[in-house]
Amino acid sequence: MTLRTKFLIIAGVMSLSIWSFYPPGEKIKLGLDLKGGVHLVLQVHTDDALRIETERTVERLRETLVEGGLEVGSLSVTSSTEFLVEGVQPAQDQAFRQAASDDSEAVFNRSSGAGNYTYSMKPNIANQLREEAVTQALQTIERRVNELGVAEPIVAKHGSDNQILVQLPGVSEVARAKEIIRSTAQLELKLVEQGPFYSRDAALQAVGGEIPGEMELVSGSEDVSATGGGVPSTLYYFVGRVAGITGRDLRTARPTLDEMNQPAVSFSLNQDGARRFGQLTGANVGRQLAIIIDDRVFSAPTVEGRITDEGRITGSFTQQEAQDLSLVLRSGALPASLTYLEERTIGPSLGAASIRAGVTASLGGLLLVVLFLLFYYKLTGINAVTSIVMNLIILLGLMAYLGATLTLPGIAGFILTIGMGVDSNVLIFERIKEELSTAKGVKSAVSAGFDRVWWTIVDTHVASLIAAMFLFQFGTGPIRGFATTLTIGLLANVFTAVFVSRAMFELVLSRRRTALSI
Amino acid sequence: MKIFNTPNYDFIRWRWHAIVISSVVILAGLGVIVQRGLPLGIDFSGGTIVVIKFADEVSEDQIRNAVEVIPGEKVVQQYGDLDDHEILVRLPQMEATEEGANLSQGADQIVEAIQGAGLPDFEVISTEIVGPVIGADLQRKGIYATLASIIGITLYIAFRFRPSFALGAIAATFHDILVTLTFLTFFGYELSLNVVAALLTITGYSVNDTIVIFDRVRENLRGRRRDSLEHIVNTSVNQTLSRTVITAGTTFLAVASLFFFGGEVLRGFAFTMLVGIVSGTYSTIFIAAAIAIILSKRRRSTAAPASSASSSRVAQKAGRVQTS
Repeated sequence: MTLRTKFLIIAGVMSLSIWSFYPPGEKIKLGLDLKGGVHLVLQVHTDDALRIETERTVERLRETLVEGGLEVGSLSVTSSTEFLVEGVQPAQDQAFRQAASDDSEAVFNRSSGAGNYTYSMKPNIANQLREEAVTQALQTIERRVNELGVAEPIVAKHGSDNQILVQLPGVSEVARAKEIIRSTAQLELKLVEQGPFYSRDAALQAVGGEIPGEMELVSGSEDVSATGGGVPSTLYYFVGRVAGITGRDLRTARPTLDEMNQPAVSFSLNQDGARRFGQLTGANVGRQLAIIIDDRVFSAPTVEGRITDEGRITGSFTQQEAQDLSLVLRSGALPASLTYLEERTIGPSLGAASIRAGVTASLGGLLLVVLFLLFYYKLTGINAVTSIVMNLIILLGLMAYLGATLTLPGIAGFILTIGMGVDSNVLIFERIKEELSTAKGVKSAVSAGFDRVWWTIVDTHVASLIAAMFLFQFGTGPIRGFATTLTIGLLANVFTAVFVSRAMFELVLSRRRTALSI
Repeated sequence: MKIFNTPNYDFIRWRWHAIVISSVVILAGLGVIVQRGLPLGIDFSGGTIVVIKFADEVSEDQIRNAVEVIPGEKVVQQYGDLDDHEILVRLPQMEATEEGANLSQGADQIVEAIQGAGLPDFEVISTEIVGPVIGADLQRKGIYATLASIIGITLYIAFRFRPSFALGAIAATFHDILVTLTFLTFFGYELSLNVVAALLTITGYSVNDTIVIFDRVRENLRGRRRDSLEHIVNTSVNQTLSRTVITAGTTFLAVASLFFFGGEVLRGFAFTMLVGIVSGTYSTIFIAAAIAIILSKRRRSTAAPASSASSSRVAQKAGRVQTS
């Protein structure tokens, strides 16, 4: 390779890098710790999704048994993955098994004992349901976050334990964002069977102490003030177990105003939902229909006539609440409840201060190193300084090109890259000095210097890369940024410290020098 | 210009002294750690940290009084420069975080308490809340990552050099990690994600230094098979001494800049690196090579009890490993 080709390559790499990251303000992606925002880790309680499946199966079985005229002692959900059937009459045993396996065979295993059967969910199905729940939660959160209008959010699976990572750059209303992300938003419309009652005890008394199997007891919401239009938590209703309409039937939901000019949420149903809503309301004029969100009754209006595709949820909403409720309804229900495991909020002012500090520290470090190199190696120091600066330019260029995120520890990575750059250069220069002292002539000393340390440089870089690799695997956001910077810096360093530096030596030596300023 | 003119210090002669000194430091450190426990930051222990910027000067005591009402062991300290008026308040992991409980309860309590205390206007500039699940998870991952990277590097050195060298390098790395932990504990720095990142970087850095010397040993073994291993190692340490000192010096300068100008968030990181660089340089010169020699000898004495000509045999053996 001629010297000319080498310099063309170097110039090419430099211009590509600069083109890639210029202007840095736009091209370099900053991490949350530098631009401010909130980092959240959520746990998806996938047991909820399994319980829903189990309950659904039990309801289906209950209906099948009624239709087939089969009687059992009791039918109960014992855990999120198990249900128990007791008191199957011996004469009906065969018929029961047949009916039950039609409803549950695909999902549940059966174990038996004298008229009692325990059904437990097949482990592979349970795992599949868990995974689906996480994926579905992820998509729902994504929709909600997008509706919040956050620029460049990150919503991703995190770790292996049904966790989800959410990063929202630049969000200031953290509490609201958190509430919107985690609200389950399970909408159900159910006919009121009995009620309202003014206490739980009164309700239980009315049905003789035990809630009938096909009903459940729900109360109003705690958030509703007594004076507002919503249903307070002190009111209890018996509603049917099976919802006529659920959130899945929604086409959209939006904030609106009710007759009293109070904020409310109006929703419209999709075609299938509208048909069923029509049937339901048409057949039950005069009865109360409870609008239930996350097991809380929001309102229980009386059905005045057949309604098909439109409905309205009233309550004592503020405008913001009406808006947020329509947002979460629109984006769909979460398949399982969520809890927060980790929350880190970085204010934009702290981020900006960190950038300033990081840049000052980098430039300060660079300046100190440059001064030292020029002082100690004289003209050859220029060589080292050039290769270090080029290293930083390539590092920036590659980061922009790969879309890698720059974090505060990542800036520390820049400083360590300067350190690595110095190391390789010093290694080479010291070796050249040694070779010079054995009086071989400048050219052969330089070439021997580079050749002899080549494997040392490879070994040291591989060792550092191994550490960086595990660091990447270990860390979250900021630490990953550090590992990324370090890795790219190490790779760029092999190019600049060996290829660029050598080309510069060769350029100097091509002018028929016999001594080296080193 | 040269720092050392053909240096010829007898480092290897001091190997036992060095090992004793290092052991004392490390044992003292372990003693403190066992006694007081490793100071875990909230990344690993879980808990809440709120950093508040006040419009005007406030004292730590004022804040301490304000948050007195919150149960649990609180830490209140100045954050960053004095004239930034920033205060950090830390709460431990709350015991009764029942399922679904509000994770941000502690942070809310702090803000409320300070609001009610009649202090100057303030702004919460950062909140970090780590639940117990995440803390335990990060602890596990941190230990795993550190051990895995040490094992990875050991295997690489064993593959490129020879097993006894790998053990020497790894002894030096453990030495550096333990010494750094000792200093961190002693100077009251908490173990955070950043500090662990710095520790991992030090493993890379420390091994770096060691590899440079081992590379030279390998090269010298090729040329001088008649010399004893001690002699060759000592010569190699001397030959690379300028490089070791200059690199350590410049990296130290760069990291010192980070320590002084890089801001509060990176202070622990930079401190860890500073200690690690010094320890790494020392361990490269005194510990890594010494242990490599000691281990090489032990192997030799078990392999060949009659040991008169053995040093040259070791050298030959090394030469073979070398050329293969």
